[in-house]
Amino acid sequence: MSDTIIISIIMTVIGASTPILLAALGELVVEKSGVLNLGIEGMMLIGAVVGFAVTLTTGFHLLGIVIAMFASTLSAMLFAYLTLTLTANQVATGLALTIFGIGISSLMGEPYVGKTIEIFSSWFPASLAEHPQLRVIFGYSPLVYVSLALTFGVSYFLKKTRAGLILRAVGESDISAHSIGYSVIGVRYAAVAFGGAMAGLAGCYFSLVLTPLWSEELTAGRGWIALALVVFAAWKPSRLLLGAYLFGAIMTLELHAKAAGFSFIAPELLAAMPYLATIVVLALISLRKSSGLAAPACLAKPFKPST
Amino acid sequence: MKLISRRNVLKSAAAASTLPLLGKSAFAMDPVKVAFVYLGPIGDHGWTYAHEQGRQAAIAKFGDAISTTIVENVAEGPDSERVIRRLAEEGNDLIFTCSFGYMNPTLKVAKRFKDVKFEHATGYKRAPNMATYNARFHEGRAICGTIAGHMSKTGTVGYIASFPIPEVVMGINAFTLAAQKINPDFKTNVLWVNSWYDPPKEADAATALIDQGADIITQHTDSPAALRVCEERDLLAFGQSWDMTSFAPKAHLTAIMDIWGPYYIDRIQKVMDKKWESADTWWGFKEGIVALAPYNERIPADVVAEAEAIKAGIIDGSYDVFTGPIKDQSGKVRLAEGRLTDGDLLSMDWYVEGVQS
Repeated sequence: MSDTIIISIIMTVIGASTPILLAALGELVVEKSGVLNLGIEGMMLIGAVVGFAVTLTTGFHLLGIVIAMFASTLSAMLFAYLTLTLTANQVATGLALTIFGIGISSLMGEPYVGKTIEIFSSWFPASLAEHPQLRVIFGYSPLVYVSLALTFGVSYFLKKTRAGLILRAVGESDISAHSIGYSVIGVRYAAVAFGGAMAGLAGCYFSLVLTPLWSEELTAGRGWIALALVVFAAWKPSRLLLGAYLFGAIMTLELHAKAAGFSFIAPELLAAMPYLATIVVLALISLRKSSGLAAPACLAKPFKPST
Repeated sequence: MKLISRRNVLKSAAAASTLPLLGKSAFAMDPVKVAFVYLGPIGDHGWTYAHEQGRQAAIAKFGDAISTTIVENVAEGPDSERVIRRLAEEGNDLIFTCSFGYMNPTLKVAKRFKDVKFEHATGYKRAPNMATYNARFHEGRAICGTIAGHMSKTGTVGYIASFPIPEVVMGINAFTLAAQKINPDFKTNVLWVNSWYDPPKEADAATALIDQGADIITQHTDSPAALRVCEERDLLAFGQSWDMTSFAPKAHLTAIMDIWGPYYIDRIQKVMDKKWESADTWWGFKEGIVALAPYNERIPADVVAEAEAIKAGIIDGSYDVFTGPIKDQSGKVRLAEGRLTDGDLLSMDWYVEGVQS
């Protein structure tokens, strides 16, 4: 295999991994605060269509991304109001958000089908970004570097900052956090908003970088992979990064292997691999004596402060 | 899950105001109720979009005399059975199920609802109240293959394929055989993505094929994502099911267009005339059910002329891409001379020489 092909494979893997990583980072923070939002797919689609529409209209990718993140956050706030304020069932509301997102993104996106925009490509000078070897470092969309920075940012936030500690406390023991005076609902609102913004960013990656086009259900189920990834990573950002690239590799290496003329595993099995890996990790976690890796204790439990 | 899709609701609302169904016109005959089960979203700009254009053609033709229902995004398999049964229960007279994977579910429901007429696209199982219909897409593939044979510099074309069913297999073979008539060393590198519609995966598949030396991409999947990749990388591609030029004005060479309108009109008319019978219809260029999108300016005039000549040959029967001798992948002669029959094509499970899959 020549090094151009290896570089191209690496770049495809990172390309396929980045949106999952972004969405999963958001969901990780949401789940750490004790909320389960199954609406990632829907929020991503809203982000994808809004990002595409704004970029097409204004010609500014950054503006498209910002407004897309805002739109996804708005849809996440709808979820937050239903589940946190009205204490609706989180699983059902999250699924409803996904269905809502699929529907409204198709409706909003109808005028934009068949339109094209410029790809949101690397900001590095062409001598680096299109260099045959160096492009493996410089050739990505800015969103790829943003996703890496955000991974470290989230990791630092959860481990080292006071706010991160409060967020984890809310997720592990809402009643204790409440009794020492923290606003459980407020913290969770903030976490869900962050999750929405990240899903919007992930959606933009599809419609501005990966394909770049809008068509209905553009994300084709990647939101569920992001959800599985959070569990796979055992709610740890560093492992999330590795997991995202592993899942991305599983999804794309198959294509490269088959295009090169050899096939080593049934494609159906390969498609199921992220989910299988998640189940295996879950089983391993539950086998461990220490519960240090397990899910946040209050995950998906509605919180009603006693008055 | 999406029985009542948003567009469906909007359209029925718009249509309802004109329909005699609501009792505004007591004199008109009850409209023929026609339902369509779609695989993807209408906005795929491909397969499902083409069926929707066919439905629109029928509405334009019959107006108030028919009332139509659509259900989008119906997964193949057990889920579709539920949808089809519900449409039958709702009193539809004629139900079109527009994808191969609806074959067994359609048959099952057809056996239960003897008074309802069913039409299944691209399948091979029939019943007294279940007809099948298909288009000779391989005729269009032969033309794309001819163009690819001329236009490919590397002699290798990437083919993004969905599932190894006869329809897809014969398309791959027709494309390759036609291209080999121009360039005997022509290779088709087939990549299965195991989905009809997955834009990110189709884009990645295009990249993988290009990395392996393909300079033209053609596809049997429904999204325009691969075209966008080719546009970005200044390569060439063929669209799928409908004219996809707007997605990739430079890269889009042409596309096979599925024009279902004439067939839908014909069958609905037969229901109205009470002459509907179960049948197996397989139309092509001749009947106008397969057509080509406008040729890209980048295709030289002599190549366009050749493509048009082949099209004329297909229509008058003088050209058939499946004319012997044909060898399969292992080099074994599958057909020494003559032509493959429709039966051979519809059960095709082998690839011609030059296909890498």
